[in-house]
Amino acid sequence: MTNACYLWLIPLLPFAGFLINGILGRKLPRAAVTAIALIFTAIPAAIVAWLWSVMTAANAPEAIHSVCGPWIAISGFQVNFDFTVDHLTLIMLGVVTGVGFLIHLYSAGYMAHEDGYWRFFAYLNLFMFFMSVLVLASSFLLLFVGWEGVGLASYLLIGFYFKKDSAADAGKKAFIVNRIGDFGFLLAMFLLVAHFGNLNFTDIFATISQHPEWHGGFLTAIALLLVLGATGKSAQIPLYIWLPDAMEGPTPVSALIHAATMVTAGIYMVARCHTLFDRSTTALIVVAIIGAATAIVAASIGMVQHDIKRVLAYSTVSQLGYMFLACGVGAYAAGIFHLLTHAFFKALLFLAAGSVIHALSGEQDMRNMGGLRKRIPITFWTMTSGVFAIAGIWPFAGFFSKDEILYQTFISGNPIAKLLWAVGLITAGMTSFYMFRLWFKTFFGEQRFDEHPELAHGHAAHAGEDEHDEAQAAHPHGVHESPWIMLLPLVILGILALVGGWEHTAFGNFLDPVFGTANAATQAATAASHGLELTLAAVSLVVVAIGFFFAWFFYYKKPGTATAFALKVKPLYSLLDHKYWVDEIYGAFIVTPLLMFTRLILAGLIDTGLVNGSGALAGATTRGLSTVTRRIQSGNIRSYAGWLALGAAAVLVVMIFGRGLWPH
Amino acid sequence: MPAQVPTAYYLVLAAILFSIGVGSFLIKRNIITIFMSIELMLNAVNLTFVAFAHQWHQISGQIFVFFVMVVAAAEAAVGLAIIISIFRTRQTLNVDQIDLMKL
Repeated sequence: MTNACYLWLIPLLPFAGFLINGILGRKLPRAAVTAIALIFTAIPAAIVAWLWSVMTAANAPEAIHSVCGPWIAISGFQVNFDFTVDHLTLIMLGVVTGVGFLIHLYSAGYMAHEDGYWRFFAYLNLFMFFMSVLVLASSFLLLFVGWEGVGLASYLLIGFYFKKDSAADAGKKAFIVNRIGDFGFLLAMFLLVAHFGNLNFTDIFATISQHPEWHGGFLTAIALLLVLGATGKSAQIPLYIWLPDAMEGPTPVSALIHAATMVTAGIYMVARCHTLFDRSTTALIVVAIIGAATAIVAASIGMVQHDIKRVLAYSTVSQLGYMFLACGVGAYAAGIFHLLTHAFFKALLFLAAGSVIHALSGEQDMRNMGGLRKRIPITFWTMTSGVFAIAGIWPFAGFFSKDEILYQTFISGNPIAKLLWAVGLITAGMTSFYMFRLWFKTFFGEQRFDEHPELAHGHAAHAGEDEHDEAQAAHPHGVHESPWIMLLPLVILGILALVGGWEHTAFGNFLDPVFGTANAATQAATAASHGLELTLAAVSLVVVAIGFFFAWFFYYKKPGTATAFALKVKPLYSLLDHKYWVDEIYGAFIVTPLLMFTRLILAGLIDTGLVNGSGALAGATTRGLSTVTRRIQSGNIRSYAGWLALGAAAVLVVMIFGRGLWPH
Repeated sequence: MPAQVPTAYYLVLAAILFSIGVGSFLIKRNIITIFMSIELMLNAVNLTFVAFAHQWHQISGQIFVFFVMVVAAAEAAVGLAIIISIFRTRQTLNVDQIDLMKL
């Protein structure tokens, strides 16, 4: 085992960027802030690229370790600051640093007119630091450090426009909902310590491998608690509600944190613990059901949203559901593959949506878009690549990864495999529908936006997304293509969204060292007939085509029919439009009782009554006593002298007459 | 050897003088009278010092008295200066009316 301390550079360089920009950024010119943020994310990306070449070379090591000394060492229990790079981590690192760098680049253009430019990049670099720690960690506890840290960065960036109540609330919601998941993660770690005596991945998984007779039992408990953690971070039922609200943050943040990287941490964690999950059929079924249910629920909500970013947000939740489904049927490689392609095309979609929003000076409502195809052609073409990829149209990346998941689900040994597959298939159709709906509504049809927004409602609309200062009055309004610094990442990601899936067979082999022979599903897949795979792919393509047809019919061929159709199925539409009233149900059954309990019992009884009461009682007692004692402090010098004389006399009396009172 | 006045007489006289000093210190309002009663107490103590020094044939008591006298003289000089200054600003020497340190 060689010691590779250079791994520390990957997280620490962004952290240095965070410190410099965070402390000095206010004083620095924007160009300097940009340069610092970009350089300190470009170098880790280069290191990862180099690592990639090392790991793919012939006779490459199975994993690269970096041993950097103990963190916690208590008799028999030790956690180290150790990093490990294996093939799974390498893919995650590639996504985090690669897509992360592209999004940093894009942000330099997108945020150019914003206040708090330095703050934005400081937070973004902080996120890169914690996310690298998360994927590099070689123990649960270090992973948890990154896990919490990305939550913090996410909170800070969602609430970036903190003057807006909705943004501040969304940040709090994300943070609090994630706390529930973290609670599960913590309990899982306690159980791991109780049963294994340490938290290192290699030690724990080696112990499990040595005991083939272990099935279910406490492993199920640990796995389910980890799943609770993953549902929080990866926005799955029942904790997905924070992600759509998180769109209050700036669009590059939605692309980086809430689409490409942070929300996939839960999937990464489940895949990392595959040895554990493979031993618990119950946990795997739960994961699969959560994934499938989330996929279809979120997709159905996404079909009726009007805010372009919210459509993408629900789409993200839905795609994360796919990845969960893949993990649940034991096809971890397929899940990670979808994670990778999703990182490309969803980051692309968000960035392109940001470009559209930028072009329309802050407009996010698709009802006020349309006909943008000719006005912003590069954005249009790159977004088209993303839409085709997510819809799963051959030969775009999403086709391969989604098909792999559906196929693996179909052939898995799960008792409800066929049902899960059907749900996944319907979701694929819905995905196609809502993505093409977005595509048609944004880029085709008549223009429904105001050509010169600064005259009519420019600043009102702007206030939502931007906070302009005087200097930006010169910023050209009206529809305009974004600057090259925003288009370059779009084009790169657009190409990746196209070609990202072509190496799908090689990808599975690439991850074999991590998932190994334990990944029985893959073995079965190779054994199963190739014809079945092709048939299933054809079926899903047909479903995608149906989705496309409906979107085309409702939003291109006969715009307006959609509204009429929605009126016909009003209860259903209303149900979707209100997102199944999940927020309201949570509000009524959890938030309100909790608030009542807090306000009445905790605040009213305990805080006001007990804490304040005891304080007031102590004060009143002292005051009462002092009314007596303060008479001595009259301020009259002769009375002091009198007390002095009395005291002296008393001492004298004791000395003269009290001689017998104490022994000599 | 001529008959000597017993030491106890001196002590009783000193106690009486001291008590008069304490009493007038507590009762009197005029700051100069209070000052005089302090001097009275000091001298009552001096008397006991001298009486004991005589009885035990020790010189240290006598020396102590000189020290007390020096300090008392210095104190009188400073004290009288303060009293004059107070009278100039307050136009009174009643201690009950000058219980504020702020001028």
